[in-house]
Amino acid sequence: MSDTAPAGAAPAPRRRDPFPANWPARIGWIALAAYTVYAASLFQLTWTRFVEGLDNGARFIARMLPPYLGKWDLLWRGLSESLEIAIIATVIGVATAMPIGLLAARNLMPNWVTWPARGLIALCRSFHPVIVAILFVKAVGFGALAGIMALIVASIGFIAKLFAEAIEEISLKQVEAVRATGAGFANVLIMAVQPQVLARFIGFSTYQLDSNLRNSTMVGIVGGGGIGATLFTAFQRFDYDFVLTILIAIITLIMIGEVLSGWIRRTFQ
Amino acid sequence: MTADAIHSPGTAIRREWQRFTPRQRLMRYAFYLLAVAALVQSLRSIDIIPEFLEDAPAQVVDLFARMWPIDWAYYPKTVHAALIETIHIATLGTILALALATPVGLMAAVNITPWPALRLLAKFILVSSRSVNSLVWALLFVAVFGPGALAGTLAIAFRSVGFVGKLLAEALEEAHKGPIEALTATGAPWSSIVLKGYWPQVQPSFWSIALFRWDINIRESAVLGLVGAGGIGTALDDALNLLYWDQVALTLLTIFAVVIAAEIIVTVIRSRVL
Repeated sequence: MSDTAPAGAAPAPRRRDPFPANWPARIGWIALAAYTVYAASLFQLTWTRFVEGLDNGARFIARMLPPYLGKWDLLWRGLSESLEIAIIATVIGVATAMPIGLLAARNLMPNWVTWPARGLIALCRSFHPVIVAILFVKAVGFGALAGIMALIVASIGFIAKLFAEAIEEISLKQVEAVRATGAGFANVLIMAVQPQVLARFIGFSTYQLDSNLRNSTMVGIVGGGGIGATLFTAFQRFDYDFVLTILIAIITLIMIGEVLSGWIRRTFQ
Repeated sequence: MTADAIHSPGTAIRREWQRFTPRQRLMRYAFYLLAVAALVQSLRSIDIIPEFLEDAPAQVVDLFARMWPIDWAYYPKTVHAALIETIHIATLGTILALALATPVGLMAAVNITPWPALRLLAKFILVSSRSVNSLVWALLFVAVFGPGALAGTLAIAFRSVGFVGKLLAEALEEAHKGPIEALTATGAPWSSIVLKGYWPQVQPSFWSIALFRWDINIRESAVLGLVGAGGIGTALDDALNLLYWDQVALTLLTIFAVVIAAEIIVTVIRSRVL
């Protein structure tokens, strides 16, 4: 085969390096590495501390095993309250987020309506649910209600933003067609907008249910009800074996929620 | 039967068109039923104390009255240092997460890792990272490394691995085969294929994922202090425990400002560079 190559070919011209060095990128990598070293030194992230931590970790895991299975009643009450918080917060949150998202959609609403709606959404989004829960615990006292209200705020921030974006991406042809028949605003929404966004909207809502389920297990740390309070108490009492039981239960609950929301998304595709 | 129905004009007119198959409709009704049942059951068994609801307006007024005037002197004293620490926790945590997530993402991508067992392991790592909340990760690392920013950084990193690794694996799977095949044909080793074939293709999504996660991590690292993992949450927790609501107001305002600033930075970088 190699015989077919021309025998007296001229010496090849100096070829361009196919992968030239990219100096700005290299400087960027060096800067990133320098920052990492600097920040790690700020946190006293040293090898001895790491080894010490591994030692602690081994003892910690040893104390976690085997998981403690004695307090079923406490576990079940916390888990079911978390689940209830997540469901109620998702339903109310989604129902509230729908009109707000509609008001924030720039292709259907005038500017003076969208700006306040967008500001409200930004405000709801900027605080972590646990921080919002602290404020609601002060406002409505300890218990599930504070957790529900905190998660409603979180749901509004997330769903309304995505819903507004979904509405802004719809095809306006169908809106014009329905308008041309003389339909009013409500009919335009029902006949032209709703069919285009319903599937995505269900997708966002199931995602929010997942997210609320995760956070409803956490708002208890600040007094918002649910399994979080049980978890935090077990941590503070060094009942690490019960902590492991609670963690396994929470992860199982979240996994079941994910399977369920996957089923809902497929149903409404 | 159906052919008859289509060909004879009398029956064809009465044909009713339906958007969904009976099975699809059944599934939808099952969902509606399940949703209503879940809501009703939750509303019936949730434990809400109505007396607390009655004085809620008075409590809210009291809350704002205690928050005003905002204690600005608390900022240089405590909040500024805690804020810087929060930003370091979020940034270092994101960098650590990128470093940890890259091998896992490579392992999870079907076009890079041909062994199903290894892919399953990667998927397991990604799912378990995501199903544990960052506050729980923080509790675990506080128990291991003691309270402080180190526990917070590790919590942020371990929480982010699942998110970054999943998106990175998806970006890798979407890479075009052309450059990969060209490199394979030259006999390039595996490391060159990854560095010169895949990396230039996934680089934009890699940095976009990193920025997106950094934005989320700024928000999350603000609460880690509530469980003792450092950052501005520590200042918030101290002020809350002492019932200094004017200091709480200042801390919340600071968190709000830094979250908005992070979002603006991410938006600007994304529109300019990526």
